[in-house]
Parts: sequence; C-alpha cells; structure tokens
Amino acid sequence: MTVMSYSYKVPKSRFFETMTGIVSRPSGAIGLFLVVTNVILAIISPWIVPYDFKVVNANIILDGPSWQHWLGTDQLGRDVLTRTLLGGRQAMIVTMTATPLAILWGGCLGIYTGLVAGRFDEIVMRIVDAFLSLPWILKMLLIIVMFGSGIFVLIPTLAFFYGIPVIRIARAATHAVVARDYVSAARARGQSRLSIIWFEILPNVLDALLVEGAMRCSWMLLAFTSLSFLGFGVSPPTPDWGLMIADARSYMAIAPWAGLAPVIALSLLIIGINLTADALAKAVGLDRAQSAVH
Amino acid sequence: MFRMFLQRVGLGVITVFLVSAMIFTAVEILPGDACTAILQRDAVGQRLENCRQELGLNRPAIIRYSTWAIQVLKGDLGTSIHNGKQIADLVFERFKNTMLLATLTLMLGVPLAIGLGILTALRRDRLPDVVVSTLAIFAMTIPEFVSATLLIFIFSIWLGWVPGIVTASASAPLSSFFPGIILPVVVLTMVMTAHILRAVRSNVIEVMESDYIQMAVLKGVPYRTIILRHALPNALLPAINVIALTIAWLLGGVVVVEKVFNFPGLGHYMVDAISDRDLPVVQAIALIVATVYVGVNLAADLLGLLLNPRLRTMRTRA
Amino acid sequence: MHSQKLSALIVPNQRFINMQDTLLDINDLSVGLISPDHGHKPILRNINLKINKRETVGIVGESGSGKSTLALSAMGYLKKGLHYFGGRVHFSDIELMQASKMDLQRIRGGRMALIPQNASQSLSPTLRVRDQMYEALRLHTSHDPATYRHRIVELMGKVRLPDAENIVNRYPHELSGGQQQRVAIAMALAGEPDLLLLDEPTTGLDVTTQAHILGLLDDIVTNTDMTMVYVSHDLGAIARVCRRVVVMYAGEIVMDGTAEQVLEAPSHPYAKSLLASIPRVHRDALPAALEGRPPAIGDLQNACAFAPRCALKSKLCETERPNLFLQDNGAYVRCFHSGAVESWSPNIIPRSMYRSTQEEIMLDVQGLAISYDKRGFLDAVFRKFSSSPPTVEDVSFDIQRGETLALVGESGSGKSSILKAIAGLVPTSNGLIHLEKEGLLSSTMEERSKSQLQLIQLVFQNPDESLNPRQTIGEILEHPLRLYTDLDSKSIHERCLAILEKVRLGPHYMTRLPAQLSGGEKQRVAIARAFIAEAQIILCDEVTSALDVSVQAAVLKLLDDLKKKMGVTYLFVAHDLAVVRAIADRVIVLYQGRICEIGPVGKVYEAPHHPYTEALLSAVLEPVSGFKPKLLSRDVVEFSPVKQGCAFQRRCHRSLGDICERHKPRMQQISPDRFLFCHIDAAELSRLQNAPGTLI
Repeated sequence: MTVMSYSYKVPKSRFFETMTGIVSRPSGAIGLFLVVTNVILAIISPWIVPYDFKVVNANIILDGPSWQHWLGTDQLGRDVLTRTLLGGRQAMIVTMTATPLAILWGGCLGIYTGLVAGRFDEIVMRIVDAFLSLPWILKMLLIIVMFGSGIFVLIPTLAFFYGIPVIRIARAATHAVVARDYVSAARARGQSRLSIIWFEILPNVLDALLVEGAMRCSWMLLAFTSLSFLGFGVSPPTPDWGLMIADARSYMAIAPWAGLAPVIALSLLIIGINLTADALAKAVGLDRAQSAVH
Repeated sequence: MFRMFLQRVGLGVITVFLVSAMIFTAVEILPGDACTAILQRDAVGQRLENCRQELGLNRPAIIRYSTWAIQVLKGDLGTSIHNGKQIADLVFERFKNTMLLATLTLMLGVPLAIGLGILTALRRDRLPDVVVSTLAIFAMTIPEFVSATLLIFIFSIWLGWVPGIVTASASAPLSSFFPGIILPVVVLTMVMTAHILRAVRSNVIEVMESDYIQMAVLKGVPYRTIILRHALPNALLPAINVIALTIAWLLGGVVVVEKVFNFPGLGHYMVDAISDRDLPVVQAIALIVATVYVGVNLAADLLGLLLNPRLRTMRTRA
Repeated sequence: MHSQKLSALIVPNQRFINMQDTLLDINDLSVGLISPDHGHKPILRNINLKINKRETVGIVGESGSGKSTLALSAMGYLKKGLHYFGGRVHFSDIELMQASKMDLQRIRGGRMALIPQNASQSLSPTLRVRDQMYEALRLHTSHDPATYRHRIVELMGKVRLPDAENIVNRYPHELSGGQQQRVAIAMALAGEPDLLLLDEPTTGLDVTTQAHILGLLDDIVTNTDMTMVYVSHDLGAIARVCRRVVVMYAGEIVMDGTAEQVLEAPSHPYAKSLLASIPRVHRDALPAALEGRPPAIGDLQNACAFAPRCALKSKLCETERPNLFLQDNGAYVRCFHSGAVESWSPNIIPRSMYRSTQEEIMLDVQGLAISYDKRGFLDAVFRKFSSSPPTVEDVSFDIQRGETLALVGESGSGKSSILKAIAGLVPTSNGLIHLEKEGLLSSTMEERSKSQLQLIQLVFQNPDESLNPRQTIGEILEHPLRLYTDLDSKSIHERCLAILEKVRLGPHYMTRLPAQLSGGEKQRVAIARAFIAEAQIILCDEVTSALDVSVQAAVLKLLDDLKKKMGVTYLFVAHDLAVVRAIADRVIVLYQGRICEIGPVGKVYEAPHHPYTEALLSAVLEPVSGFKPKLLSRDVVEFSPVKQGCAFQRRCHRSLGDICERHKPRMQQISPDRFLFCHIDAAELSRLQNAPGTLI
C-alpha cells in the first residue's frame, strides 16, 4: 500500500513548474544558458560583426589569430570570427522552425492513430516503418536534388521526415493514456473524438512530446549541418558552420583555427540542446529513479 | 509460435514491397530520367524518343516497376549510367567494404556499450554514471563530421599516429584498408556505443526497480547472482532491438563518415550516385539498404520471440 | 518528531515468560522518510512487537498504517528512500538492522521467508518455476542436489498443486493467479523457514480461490511448527488463520491481543470502528462509516493519532500520546479511554429500503451476448475466425425505477462487460437494450442520442485512473454539463459547487488536482461527476473495491444518501458479496458470463438455490475468530467458457453429469421475483442444501 502525503498547494502554471525544474538542475541551467546565448548571438550577430562575411582578401589567407582578426582568416581571406558568429543563423532558423512543425504534424497524426487504432492505424504504421527503413540522407538528398536547397525547401522537408519518428512516440504515449479510465469515461459520456483528444489526451501526452521535441531539435541540427558539410545545404558564400568545417578540412594541418572555431561553436550549441533536453526529461519525470536493492 | 513467426516475416515482406514502390515513385518524380542523363544536351525530340523506346522508358509505370522488381529478384540490379558496369557488382564491392567497417565497429562497440550500460545503471547517479552518461549524450548528438574532424586533427595531424584519410579504392582487398580504417571505426563506435549504452542503462534501471528483484533480495539471493541471473536476462532482451537498429544504420547510413574519410563504402557511393544523377544506382542502393534494415529488424524480432518466454505464450485468461 | 520517543513507556510483552521461545523481537522501532529540509517523517513509530514460536499473528491496518513497511522491516529491509530512525529488530540472536550482508542473505528465505503480495510480479519472468525453486533449495538447505527434484514435487503437493511436473517446467506468466500464489508459497517453504511472513497474499484473488489458499495456509501452520505473521487489511482473512491480532493505525500499534479479544470485544475505538465498517453477508444494513482520514506522515504531534476521528476523544487525547496499556485480559491498547469503548457503538444505519411503488421498468436487457473477438490484420487476410464461445451469453434482466440491482460474480463472470455494454463502451454481438422513454440503445455510444447518454452515467473502479490527472476537479465536473446542457458558465459553476456539497466536499476542492486528493475523495468526485447532469441510471463498476474498508463504508453511505435525495436507479457490479448485501435490493449471480440466479438479495443469500451461489456464499470470510468458510466447488481454473452445456459444470459439486455437460440449464421461476438456471429442480436443491450434516 502506498503512503500518501496530502499537500494543499495551489497548482502553479505548468510552464512555470517545468521551467523551474529545468533551471534548478545544473545540467539544465548550463544547457539553457548555452542555447540562449547561441540564439541571442545568432540574432544580434549581423549588427555586431566586425567585417563583411563575403569580403575576400587574397593577401591574408589562412592567417592565425591576431588583433585585427581575433580568430584568424580562412582560405579566402575572410574573417573567421565574423563567419562563425553568423554561421549558426541558417542552422538555427531552419531547425527552430522545422522542429515545432515536425512535432505538430507527427504528434497530431500519432495521437489520432493511437486513439483510433484499427485498420487505419495498421496502415499508417506500415507506411511509417517503410519510411523509417530508408536512410535519412537518401530521403533528404532526393528532395534536394529535385527542388534545390533553399530554406523554403529544407524546412518543410526536415519537418516532414523528422515528424515520422514522432508519430511513433506520440502513438505510444497515446496508447498509455487511452487505456485509462478517464478516457473511457469521456467516451461513455459521448464526448466527440476531437474533444477527447484536446481535453483528455493531449495534456497527458504533452510532456512526452516536449521531451521528444527537444531531442528532435538536436537531430535536425545534426542533419542540417551534415547536409551543409556534404555540400547539399547552404550555398556559399553564406556562412554556415557545416560548410566552414568542410572547407577547412583540407587546411587542418596548417590552419586549424578556421575549422576549430565552427566546430566548437556547433558543439556548444548541440551540447546545450542536449543538456536542456535531459533536464527537461528529468523535470517532467520521464526519467524515473529508485533502486530497491539493499 | 510458428504463426507469430510467419506473421512477422509476412509483415517484413510487405514493408519491403512498400519501400520498393516508394523508391520507384520517388525516382519517377525526379525531373529527367535515364535518357536525359545519358544524352544530356542531346536529350530532345526524336533522339530522346528513340532512347526511351530502346530502354523501355515509355511503357506505363506499373509495367516498368514490375519489370524492375522481377529483375531485382533474379539478382540483376541494372546497369550504371555513369560507367555502364553491372550495378550488382559495383554495389557488392562497396557493400563488403561497409561490412568490414560495420563488423569492426560492432565488435568494438557492443561489448563496450553493454558493459558501460550495466555499470552506469548499477552505479546510478554516482561519479562513473555521471561522467559516462554525459559523454554518451555528447557522442550521440555531435555530428559525426565534427567528431571526425576533431579526431583527425588530434590523432592524425597533431600526433601523427594514424592516417586521416583512406586511400584504397573500392575494389581493393580488405587488408589495404588498414590502418586508415582505424579512425572511422573509432568515430562510429563512439556514436553507436552511446546509443546502445543509454538504452541498456535505462532497461537495467527499470528492471532493478521491479518487484521480482525486490523478491530476490528478500529471498536471500546474493547480489551478484541477482544481477546475473534475475536482472540481466530481462534487461538485455530489449537491447537486441536497439542493436539491430544500429546494425541497420551502420550498413546503410554512415554517409558522412565515409565521405569525411574518403572510405569507399555503400554510403559514399550513394551520395556520389545522387550527385551524378545515376538513378539506377540510387534505386538499387536504396532498395538494398531498406531490405537490410527490414531484415535486421525482423531477425531481432524473431530472436526476441525465441528468447523471451513471455512473448511466446499468448494465452487469454478468464 | 523527537518528543514522541521519550515519553513512550516501553512495556514488554509479558504474556509468554519463556524468553527462549521468542523468535522475533521488535523493540521501539521507528522508520520513516527524511524530507528535503531534514525533518523526520516517521512511517513506523516506536513499534514494540514480540513474536513467539508457533504463534500465528495477524497485523491489520488500512493504507498508510505502515503494516507493509513493518513486514519488510521484520526482515531487516527498507525500501529505497526510507531511513532507520531507531530501535532494534532481533531475530533469534541477530540484530537485523545492523547485520552483515552475509547474515541477512542467510536469514532471508532461509529462516524467515516472505510470501509476497503480488506473486505474478514477484516471480522472475525469465526463469522457470523449477529453477527458481532450485535456487531456494540451494541457498538455504543442505540437501543433496540429487534430491531436489523429489523435494520440489513434495512441496508442490504441500501447496496442493496437482500436475507438479507440468507446472514446474513452466514460466511464471503461464500460470493462473492462484497457481502463482501457491508457487510463491512453495518457494517460501522450500527454505524450511522458522517464520513465514505474508504480505497480503490473497489480494486480487477470487473469493473461492482465496478460501482455498487460506485453508492451505492454515493446514501448513497446524501441521508444522511454523510461526506465521500475516499482514493484511482484510480482517476476515486474518480471522481465518491467526490467533493473535495486532491493529495498526498511522504507524503505531493501537491494539495487540488474541483474535477473540480484538474481533469480538475490541477495546480501541479505531478497532471497533473498523470492525463496524465491514459489511456482512448476513446483515441487512449499511456498515458504519468512519469519517475523516488518517493523519499525513509528518503531521503527527504529541497526541493520539486517532483523536481527530474518535467519538470518545477528550482534552487529554489531544495533548498527550497514549502508550500501549496492558489490560486485565492481557491485551494491549493504546487508548486513554479503553474502558469506555465497550459501551460505545458506532452507528449502523439501516439502509433505505426500496419500495416498488411505481413498478416502472427503466432498463430492459434482452438476450445480451458479448464476444471479445481479437482478430489481427493478418488474421483477417487469412480469414481466421474465432470459434471460441462468447464471453457473455443470453443475459436478460430488467431494472425498475429506484432500485439497486447488483451483478455479482468472480473474475471472468462478465459482470463488468455487461455494465460496459450498457454504457456503450463495449460492442455487443447480440441482444437488445431498451431504455424507458428513449427506445433502443445502440451498443456503441457513438450512435446514441444525447438524451440517452445523459440518462446513463458510469462510475469506475479505480479512483486514481478515472480522473484526468491534468484537470482540476472543477474542470472534471464541468465536462458533463458542457456536453449535455446549454447552461452558461456561471450556472455551471454553481451546479458544480452544489454537487460537491452533496458529496460532502467543500468548494475549495474546485481548484485542486486529483493528485492532491485521497482515494475516497477522488471516488466522491467521480460519483459527483456521474450525478451532476441529473442522470437517472448510475452504473457502478466495483466502485468501492479499490478503497480501504472504512472509506468504502463512507462511500456506500454516500451512494445511499444520494439515492434517497435524487431518486436514481443503480446497477451495481461487485465481487464482494457483503457489499452487495449492504446496498442492493436485487442481485444477479453470474458465472462465466451466464446467469445462475436472480432474486431479492435477502432471499438469495439466506436460501441460495444455485450450486454456485451456494459455493460463493459458503466461501465468504467473516471477521469472527475461528471462522472457517466451507469449500464446496472444485478449485479449477477456467480459461474460457465451456462450449456446450452448463457453464458451471467443471466446478459444480452437484453436477448431474451428462445432462449438465450437454444441455444449457433451463430457467425455473421459483417466485414472481426469483429465477434460477439449473437442471436440478429448485425444490430438490433446497432439500439437498438443508439436509443435516451439510453446510449453510
């Protein structure tokens, strides 16, 4: 028998509680700090960069860090600091737009199919399995080859393909909820399906979706930068971390700073997202604790 | 149980068919076809028509699909536009290279991951767990090209211990890939280990919280026996699925690593084929990768069925 | 809080003077949680308990009493998160709280064995039964391994599991609940322990299975020298096997005496109230409700823990914590006013008797049949049809306005399925349901009209599951109103407050979340939700089964009150025959989805006709010392209904053989309101049942 503790605090807003949960953990605090810093820098960078990112100067190629160029210059004489500060913009815009879209569409379909079950569910899951069996690169590249790689192609494409695993997660979370009596109670009342989804299921599935959303964000960032690295993403001369790393590879031996700067920037952002996601998972309780071995 | 076996296999076959249809459709939608790729600027008017007639490209899609499907089942994957050779041979060469990469990674990573997963679960929230779990998160989500670049920088350029790039060609004998294959294997191992480790850790934690483990303690069973006999068999079963997924990933999706290290594997070939618009090759590789994915998952499911007594007997109780 | 420890005068149990006979000696044990601000929140407070050899001790308490923690502490085990605050646990010569790992491993399972609450969760799923038993033998006995097989068969015989060879080679999940529990007992016995600890081992088992297992335990204990400690909330089970009873409340022992002393002449107000709140099969009245709830952990001051709820409380009780006082009859009571308890009685209220003034039929069910046919996608492709018999078949009955009709049966009886079919949650494969003035009810609720839906409301069993954890009580209560009425927000709010008042919850509950309420309070909210839209038929699906006995009594009283005030009709599903007696007017007895018998509750209970009813009633436990239920039906597990003939044929102790196996029983009308489905003639059944030398 469980022992109960009856507390009578007024329930605070859920958002507030979750945020507190994240920030109170060291991992969450650091993670959130890294993410927010990156975002702010990305937003204000066009106004604070010392140089124009396009300017090519053959005289100063591959110079090391100096007072004029704090992080040195790349193989075309462009300022590495400038390009690094600006390099995250594309990645963040795409990722942060596509992630909510992915969660939205994957979540809706996942919840709906989890509730409805039956033949519709079986068909959807077969298609999902089929989609997931193809490597993401293949899928992305086929689209890019067809439609180009502008952000208006990349955002919907990433949102679509990365929403598919979300369907699975949402469906599993919905299954856990649908079996509960309060959903049966709602059905027995004659509540409409939509109303059941909105009032009964969604509030309980939201946590899982949010945690998944945070993880999706980092996967998408990974995908986007990998595409840029391979040359299928952002086109030069727009600065982008993936592209910068690809370019700098050939010169690693003689000018490592050109490659290391974007590497570190990208790493910090990803680490930040992951730490936040982890803290969120813990705050929301999707990472339980207690071992009974004495 | 045989029925469930058949069911799974049946579903797998359906999935593969679905995938092949999807691939075919996707390639169909692409602007241009084999003829425009071959003829390039000459791809107009009568010449285009003749080419299409010759290659059978003007027949309805369904017929082309079934022709292709039948060909594939016979083992003929078509001809590469790029160099006219048999795709089956080209693909096979590169597949075996990727297999080498995958096997080495698995041999190194799986035992490491399982061991670390168990360790971190049993020493939960203490120092080993915090360190390893944090490293695992990073290893998992930092793009492979980033870790590859870092590793190349440290071990190849700075320390000079291993080469930073693979120079052997696709058809070279397997032994020529050493020592160039070392860094790619390390990068892949890092990522794979992280994934499996986290899955194992969470399974072990969940099992250790269960009632039957508490019962074993209260039965006076020594700690080590509890872990080995009662906990692990239950905790590791779900790990089979994660390992299957990583195997599938290794055999088809490590494009970035192969590109970075110039490794002549299947993924590298696929990207090149897409850049070159060598559609038959793209189609073939996609199909192979998907089949491998489905096959490996099926094997994992079946293995799970065999090993997990709970799944075997499905009885409805009154 | 520290102040509690000092003033407790420790009075050792001097009933048995021979100290060598003491097996387990718990001395001033305190165990609890440590809150984030380092406060001590005790779950067990100053427990003093001495158990001697060959004693059978029952530890009874409701949720929050700490009884399970006590059972585990007796083995020197604390769940993660619990801390040891003080005291000693002596098992023969070893102090368990400070013992070494080696000693603990040797004792647990070897000299002291636990039979767990939920055997299905406590047996390792990937080890065969045989291997788990071998483990017990290997760890705790010194027998030659070659003899293990033989010993296991012996043990299986002791727990009355026939077909030992077969069972022993299986995995735990392949066995039924009753079989699993017996395996758990066998495993505990394998180590040849001196002390058997049982933690609610019959929770979740059917009435008849429970009776069999308790009989088994009783035999084991009488035939060997074993000492037994039985922890439970069920006083009937404890009365069956224990000769000494210890009552716990809020982490303390409040009474410790022989079974007769505690059950027949309880001298603690809580013990007496607890007994009075247990419904009885042969008593036509509602059990006395005990209002309020136990104090929260950490809320304890230097006072009597039960005082806030006690009818006999005085100033003293609120300022000083009573010790365990030794009474003249040898029992220990923690109360300042134990002398006055004898002359005080909790109120037992006769329930509102149904008067059939209107003879109006509200709901008419004809020929209902339900089939749970699970066909997967591939099955449909390959055209596999399930040929198993339906879960529920040929069920017909009607409910009159204002009455409470009960559906009673064990697991598999189909009672919940029938209820859910009426609610529209489960599709029927046959049959008609007719709702007065509204016409035929479709079996799926999507096809029902709003007014049909509004008239029938459902209350679920588990209060933790039936309220959405993310909605406030106010939001939960609003749903039906928003769905069925066009009222504006203000009126809705008022209606919510009004219904909360009717279920005796204050208006401040509107903004609470379910997690902040107790089980009983949550169930009240669920009931309020059913009533708020002025339904006329309330379907109750085991609504008190998940509640503590004293809370159950309060909820039953509430249901009765609401019926009086609002004039509704209840269809009440339960497995507990006593609860049914307390609240129902008529009862339908079900077995494997087929009706056995229908009639007014009093008449059916006092003179059952159907063999199954007879078996059920004689298997019921009573909280009376030395009460032994009679086991009539065979202990057979039914996995699915029979294909041909009477559903009860495999277990019936009066089976006529061939005719019962081939033909469905015919309906006999014994009186205008009593029906029986049996091949044996009613008069003959009466004669057989009342023959001298047989039961009831």
